Amino acid sequence: MVLPNIKKQSAMNEPQQSLLAFMLQESDKLLTQTLQHVGLTFISLIFALLIGLPLGILIARKRKLSGSVLGFAGVLQTIPSIALLGFMIPLIGIGAKPAIVALLIYALLPIIRNTYTGIIGIDPHVREAARAMGMSRQQILVRVELPLAMPVILAGIRTATVINVGVATLASYIAAGGLGEFIFGGISLNNTNMILAGAIPAALLAIVLDLLLSLVQHMSFRRLKMAVYILPLFVVGLSTFYLIPSAYGSRLVAGFTPEFMGRQDGDIGLRDTYGLKIHTTVISDAVMYKAAYAKELDVISGYSTDGRLKAFDLKILEDDKSIFPPYYAAPIVRTSAMKKFPELEKVLNMLAGKIPDSIMTDLNYKTDYLHQTPEKVAKDFLAAHQLLKPSRNGKQGTVRIGSKIFGEQYILAAMYSMLIKGYTDYDVATKTGLGGTKICFDALVNDQIDLYPEYTGTGLLVLLQPAPQLAKKLAANKEDTYQYVKQAFLQKFDIQWLQPIGFNNSYALMMRKKQSAELNVNTITDLKNYLDKE
Amino acid sequence: MIELSNVSKYFGSAKAVDGVSFSVNEGENLVLLGTSGCGKTTTLKMINRLINPDNGAISIKGKDIQQENPETLRRSIGYVMQNIGLFPHYTIYENIATVPKLLKWDTNKTRPRVMELMKKLHLPEELLDRFPAELSGGQMQRVGLARALVADPPLLLMDEPFGALDNVTRSSIQAEFKQLDELLRKTIIMVTHDVQEAFELADRICLMDKGKIMQIGTPSALLHQPANDFSRKFLDGQRLALEFRVSTLKDIWPYMRAKQTGIQRDQPDAPEEELHRTLGLPGNTSVWTALELAKANAQTNKVSFTALMDGFTQYQKAVRHE
Repeated sequence: MVLPNIKKQSAMNEPQQSLLAFMLQESDKLLTQTLQHVGLTFISLIFALLIGLPLGILIARKRKLSGSVLGFAGVLQTIPSIALLGFMIPLIGIGAKPAIVALLIYALLPIIRNTYTGIIGIDPHVREAARAMGMSRQQILVRVELPLAMPVILAGIRTATVINVGVATLASYIAAGGLGEFIFGGISLNNTNMILAGAIPAALLAIVLDLLLSLVQHMSFRRLKMAVYILPLFVVGLSTFYLIPSAYGSRLVAGFTPEFMGRQDGDIGLRDTYGLKIHTTVISDAVMYKAAYAKELDVISGYSTDGRLKAFDLKILEDDKSIFPPYYAAPIVRTSAMKKFPELEKVLNMLAGKIPDSIMTDLNYKTDYLHQTPEKVAKDFLAAHQLLKPSRNGKQGTVRIGSKIFGEQYILAAMYSMLIKGYTDYDVATKTGLGGTKICFDALVNDQIDLYPEYTGTGLLVLLQPAPQLAKKLAANKEDTYQYVKQAFLQKFDIQWLQPIGFNNSYALMMRKKQSAELNVNTITDLKNYLDKE
Repeated sequence: MIELSNVSKYFGSAKAVDGVSFSVNEGENLVLLGTSGCGKTTTLKMINRLINPDNGAISIKGKDIQQENPETLRRSIGYVMQNIGLFPHYTIYENIATVPKLLKWDTNKTRPRVMELMKKLHLPEELLDRFPAELSGGQMQRVGLARALVADPPLLLMDEPFGALDNVTRSSIQAEFKQLDELLRKTIIMVTHDVQEAFELADRICLMDKGKIMQIGTPSALLHQPANDFSRKFLDGQRLALEFRVSTLKDIWPYMRAKQTGIQRDQPDAPEEELHRTLGLPGNTSVWTALELAKANAQTNKVSFTALMDGFTQYQKAVRHE
C-alpha cells in the first residue's frame, strides 16, 4: 500500500537524498535502533526459553497436559500483534516491559512445541538404554533427552528469533524503540529512505540470525556440544544491547510520535531552535495521551485541538519561539470539481470561521472520549448553529468527500456531507479514514475524491516543502502561510483552498496540568531551562 | 543367585506375567524362550526394575530388589538390548564408558578398561572417537555388549541381543560370545524367540507362554522329556536340528569309538580323555559344532563328517529304542 505512493511522491518533489546518505546521516539513531532491536529480540527470547523449555519438558513427561498447553500457546500466537501490544498498556504500561512480554508470548509456541516434539521424538530404545544403564530421570534429561532433542529445539529457537525480529518492529508503537521507529516514522512522513533505513536492517537481521541458527542447528553432535555452551552466552550478550542506548536520560521523559520525530516543525525544531535535550521515546499517537495521563510520560507531542487534551487534563506549553507553524484547517477542492459542482464553494464556506479552537477541542472530546459518533457530533453542531437542513436527496451528480484517519476529519467530513445534501441537489459519497496526508492528497490529485479538509501547515511543510528559510518565515504568520499555500496549490496542483474553518490544529507540546504547575513550566523555554538545571 | 517367586505383572487387565517363579544359579546361562507376547521380556525387565512387578518378590544374592535404589541396582547389572540402544550423540568411547561415568570412576581406571573390552570384542581402536551411526550392525552390537560389561557386573541381562543382526553376522557373533572369557564367569539371563539360539547358548531354558512358565530345564530335558503338549509342539519341526545341538561328542562316542580307535568293545563308559585325544575336541562339544568344524576343515580335522554322522545316527537309534 505504501510503495505506489512513495513513487509518486519522489516524482513530485525535489529528488531525495540517497538511502546511503540518509543512513550515514542518521547512523547514530540507526545504530541505537538496531541495538535496541537486537536487544529486545533476545531479552524476550531468553524469557521465552526460561518459560518454554521447562514447559516443553513438562508436557513431554505428562503428555495429558500437552494438548491444553500447546493449544493455549497457539491461541496466544493468533492474537494480532498490535492488539496484543494494546492489551499490554493497561496491564504493564508502555516501554520495554510490555514489548518484551508481547514478544515473549509470540516466541513461546515454537519453543514449547519444538522442545516437546524433540523429546517425544527420541527413539524410545535410547531412553530405555539410558534407564537400564542406571541414569536418574535428571541425568536422562540432561545427558540424553535434551542433547538429542537439541536440533529440533534449535529449530524452534530459530523460528522464534525470526518471528521476534519481525514483531519487534511494532515495539516502537509503545515506546520500546527498535527499528520500527524508522519504519513507522518513514510511513507517516512518506520518507522512503527512512522506511528503508528501518526495514532493510530489520530484514538483514532476520536473515543473518536465521542463517547463524541454521548453522548451529545442522551441526554434528561433536560440534553441537560446544555450541550449546556458547549459545547462551551469545544470547545473553546480545540481549544486553538493549540496555546500552537507554543509559543516558533526564528526569522527565518525552514521548513523541514517529512523524513528530522526523519533522522540522517537530523534534528537529525543538533541538535546533530551543536546544531542548530530553530523554525521548517514540510512541504511537493512539497510546500517547493515555501514557502521559498514567505518568509513564511527562511531555508528549499532541495536537492542539485533540479531544484527549481535555479528557486527560493536559496543558499545552506555549510555543514561545514559534517553531510550530499554524495549522488552520480549510477544505481543499480540485478546480475541476469546482467547475462540475458550481454550488459547492458557497456551501463549503458556510463553515468558514465557525469553529474556533475551543469548539473543535470540545467536538473532538465528544468523539474521542464520550464515544459519540462523528455523525451525531456533526449533526448536533449544525443544529445548534441553525445550519442543519433535511436532505434534498439530490440526483445532480455525486460529490466525493475524503478524510484522513482521525476523529476531527471524520467530523468535518460528516458536516460537509450534511451541508451539501441539505443545501444543494448533489448527492454525497464519503471516503473517510484515508491513512495519512499523502494518501488523501494523492486521491484528490488523481480524481478519486473531490475534496477533503487540509491544514495550512501540512500543505506547506509536507506537500510543498519550500526551502527551510522561507518555511520558517512563512510559519510565523497565519495569513502569510494561508496565502502562500493557496497560490502555490493552484499553480502547482490546480487545487483550491477555500476559507479556513477557524481553528488551528497545530503540533503542541503538552504536560499534565498538575506537573506543569508544580514545576512552573508554562512555555517550551521554561521546559528547556528546567531540564538544563538538572 | 537370583530368585523370582510368584512374580506377576498386569498391563491393564491383561496378565503379561502370571505367577512366575524360578531361580538362577551363579554362573548359569538361563534363556527365557517363547513367542512374542509370552511375557519373557517383561520378566527380564522386572529383574533390573525397568518394570516393577505387581505381585511377588525378586531377590538378587538374597536381597529384595524392591528395597534397593533402582539406579544403583541397574548400574550393577549389565543390560544388552535388541535395538542396541546406543546413544547416538555419544562417541563409541563415551557409550562404553556410560556406567563408569555414572559410578564416577577415575579416567585412569575407565580408559584401560574400555580399551581392554575393545580388544576382546575385536573392535578396532580407531572406532573410539566415531559415533554409532558410522558403525556396522555387528560393530554396534559389540559396542552394546562392551557397554554392558564395562563395569564387570556379576549379572547380565540380555534382551534378544542378536535380534537386530543378519544371519551371517549373528552366527559369528554368537560363536564369539560363547568363547568370550568375560561371559564365562557371569550369570546371564537372556531372552530370545529363536529356539536354535536358545539351544546353542543356554545351560537351562525357561519356556514361557501367555505369561506362565511351561517348562524349565536343560535343552536336552526340553527336547527329550517335554513336560506338556506345548513344550512338545514348540520344538516340533526343528527337532532334528536340535538333536544335533543337544547331543555331544560324549553321547555319540560309544557308537563311533570302534571305528575311530579299532577298539571293539562296545561299552558306553568310554573315558573322555581318550575321546579328546582321538577327536581333538572336548567331550562337551555339540555334534552340531563338530559337524560344522569337520565340514569347514575337512583336511586338518581328525574326524570326518561321515564318521560323525554315522555315530549320531546310531546314537539316535539306540536312544529311541530305549
